[in-house]
Amino acid sequence: MIEATQTALTPSEVTKIMSTEALAEYRQKLQAQYDPNAPMIYVCCGTGCQAAGSVDVVEKFREILVGSAWDGKVVPMIKPTGCHGFCSRGPLVIIEPQDIFYQRVTVNDVQEIVEKTVLNNELIKRLQYKSAGAKESITKASEIPYYAKQTRLVLKNIGRVNPTEIGDSIIRNGYAALAKALTQMTPQQVIDEVSSSKLRGRGGAGFPTGLKWESCAKQEGLRYVICNADEGDPGAFMDRSLLEGDPHSVLEGMAICAYAVGSHRGYMYVRAEYPLAVKTLTTAIRQAEALGLLGKNIMGTGFDFEVTISTGAGAFICGESSALMASLEGKVGRPRPKYIRSVEKGFRDSPSNLNNVETYANIPSIIANGGNWYKSYGTERSSGTKVFALTGNVFNIGLVEVPMGISLMEIVFGIGGGVPNKRALKGVQTGGPSGGCIPIPHKIPDINVGYGKLAEVGSIMGSGGMIVMDEDTCMVEVARYFVNFLVEESCGQCTPCREGLTRMKEILDRITQGDGREGDIELLEEIGKFTNNFSLCGLGTSAANPVLSTIRYFREEYEAHIRDKKCPAGVCKKLFHYEIDPDICTGCGLCKSKCPVKAISGEKKKVHVIDQSLCMKCMECYKNCKFRSVKIM
Amino acid sequence: MSGTACVCQEIECREIEIDYNQLDKIIRDDYGGNKETMIMMMQAIQRVYRFLPEAALKYLSQVIDVPLTKIYEVATFYASFSLEPKGKHILTICTGTACHLRGSGGMVRHIAERMGIEPGKTTQDLKLTLETVNCVGACAVAPVAVMDEKYYPKATIATLNDFMDRLDAE
Ligand SMILES: Cc1cc2nc3c(=O)[nH]c(=O)nc-3n(C[C@H](O)[C@H](O)[C@H](O)COP(=O)(O)O)c2cc1C
Ligand code: FES
Repeated sequence: MIEATQTALTPSEVTKIMSTEALAEYRQKLQAQYDPNAPMIYVCCGTGCQAAGSVDVVEKFREILVGSAWDGKVVPMIKPTGCHGFCSRGPLVIIEPQDIFYQRVTVNDVQEIVEKTVLNNELIKRLQYKSAGAKESITKASEIPYYAKQTRLVLKNIGRVNPTEIGDSIIRNGYAALAKALTQMTPQQVIDEVSSSKLRGRGGAGFPTGLKWESCAKQEGLRYVICNADEGDPGAFMDRSLLEGDPHSVLEGMAICAYAVGSHRGYMYVRAEYPLAVKTLTTAIRQAEALGLLGKNIMGTGFDFEVTISTGAGAFICGESSALMASLEGKVGRPRPKYIRSVEKGFRDSPSNLNNVETYANIPSIIANGGNWYKSYGTERSSGTKVFALTGNVFNIGLVEVPMGISLMEIVFGIGGGVPNKRALKGVQTGGPSGGCIPIPHKIPDINVGYGKLAEVGSIMGSGGMIVMDEDTCMVEVARYFVNFLVEESCGQCTPCREGLTRMKEILDRITQGDGREGDIELLEEIGKFTNNFSLCGLGTSAANPVLSTIRYFREEYEAHIRDKKCPAGVCKKLFHYEIDPDICTGCGLCKSKCPVKAISGEKKKVHVIDQSLCMKCMECYKNCKFRSVKIM
Repeated sequence: MSGTACVCQEIECREIEIDYNQLDKIIRDDYGGNKETMIMMMQAIQRVYRFLPEAALKYLSQVIDVPLTKIYEVATFYASFSLEPKGKHILTICTGTACHLRGSGGMVRHIAERMGIEPGKTTQDLKLTLETVNCVGACAVAPVAVMDEKYYPKATIATLNDFMDRLDAE
């Protein structure tokens, strides 16, 4: 993240905040300096936008703003922020106070933005957002359906605060909930408030958070508060976005938890693949300690809480609670049996409370607004909101925060904008490698997303990965992909998981290679059920979900692979070939020009043909044909 | 302890000079010699040498009093550690779900074929290491390749070929 900007909100001139009143005063002082009508340019600098070049965009803005003539006008401030979640459109720029949204901004656009939009209020059409198929572009960020249809409680600060400046968080009530808890509530009252919110863990298992805190608080002696920031689910980036975009909400949530369970030591276990998150967190902790909002004698209340960052080393299993704690101790991360509960005997054999990043990030608003407020979102059994990482074959890829109980179709079509390239929706995979595929809209018309409903249809909430799959996705290949992932990530200590996964992988490899046998489906089901029933930890007991759920809903695809030696989706290379339908082909020649191996021949305006001996099935003709004349046979 | 000091500069020679003062700084000063931070110490050592040299691990074992077998166990358990020297350049291709669905598997196969190495391995001349990773959290711009710590969103075989061409020209 870019360090120190020219905003006036850096806490360098303030000394330690020694009382909760002092925090309120400091906030008022910051708010007084802040003019909501002053021009402000927000540039997203999350991992996705940085990859697309946003750091250079910020630098260019700085350069130009300094060099421009302002004739007595207020010079706009430039604010690099964390990930807005709309990464597929990055780098994103939002200009306040008009709330103008620009997408895919490059260094070359900056001069024009300053001259036209910032100085003269003129819009630049080509940088504006358009919904799929719409003619009119949308000016305001808040009017883009992708944002407008979300309920952003936990992501509320993201995109608005500079994560490397604690003042930005404080101005938006950062650490006020901690102050309230420390001075106006007993630890038990904090726990009761969290219990009444019915918040459930956002890391996967969905355990009621209040209940976990209650059991940890009952223990004797030294206790630890640990944050699970391992986010191992490939294709999910909710926690990354929170850590990079609003680290103080997570830290504040941990501190409130520490007060509730009676702990003074916190650990943050971050996966090593998130270098930007580690850097942002390190800065955040340093700034909070400098202000006396973390560390010893927080806000003069006598309460101590120190947080240390520890990084993972590339092991999915280390997201499992007992493996994570072993890894924190510098050991290999092998889970242990569940009957030893970590709230009793966890890290260093001491009582430990482990929660997910998003779980902690929800805590400050629950304490500030009350459990009943939180409960007013979502459903009876699944309260509040959940952040999902919407990826795959969907128009708007990114993070979406929605109330629990929302319709899955609404997420995919209302917020996600539907499936691109005129393809049909085949299903949505939720819950990561150990989740399942939900066959909307054909076999199940729709479902309301909540813990119970997802389990009913054979999937899980997991940490919030949501992968949209279109008709060109082969479900057998998807199952093979996840099983392969889990074979590599299984720690190998218990036989059902180690052997079950390896055998399932062998069978799935065979089927996708065209060597499937009669009875393979039944064998997969048998091994799958066994693995799920008899493995030691959560990885094994859910490992067969991708296989079992795809067999449950897409059995005919397995059968086509095994009996007819055909891959209906056209993915498994040995099991299909392309043919051009002579009745549809217009002879436009596009496929011929796209084919990298010159396998397509035909004269202009005449039917084209594919030479099967040359075709390498790269999909180029299939993807590019405007008339869909290339057929999978 | 002299370790496997080797003064020769030949690229084929895989023994490296270990700077024990620097190791001491990492182990004792940065991490206070605390066994629990062993994984992070090993990461710091790997940042210096681009892999975990045996001599450095032996020294680590003595200083923090953890058996070498335990260190070896940790080094082989976690995917990010390497006991073999890595190349001068590192190309990491994401094979997480979002990237997989957008064809990152084909990119891995292409580079593996072009450079004649399996994923996870290094070319003979120590120029390039090809790695895969399960998601770097930039799924919205899948498929993602990371070349020498720089992210390349929406990478294609052509992007990677450019990079390889530059390597070949070096
Ligand atoms: C194989 C496996 C991987 C997991 N990975 C993660 C993870 O990356 N992040 C996470 O928060 N929880 C993960 N969990 C769930 C944790 O074990 C644990 O339930 C959770 O962190 C508790 O926090 P919560 O109650 O706030 O959800 C994983 C579980 C298993 C079995
Ligand atoms: S799957 Fe490749 S970045 Fe997430």
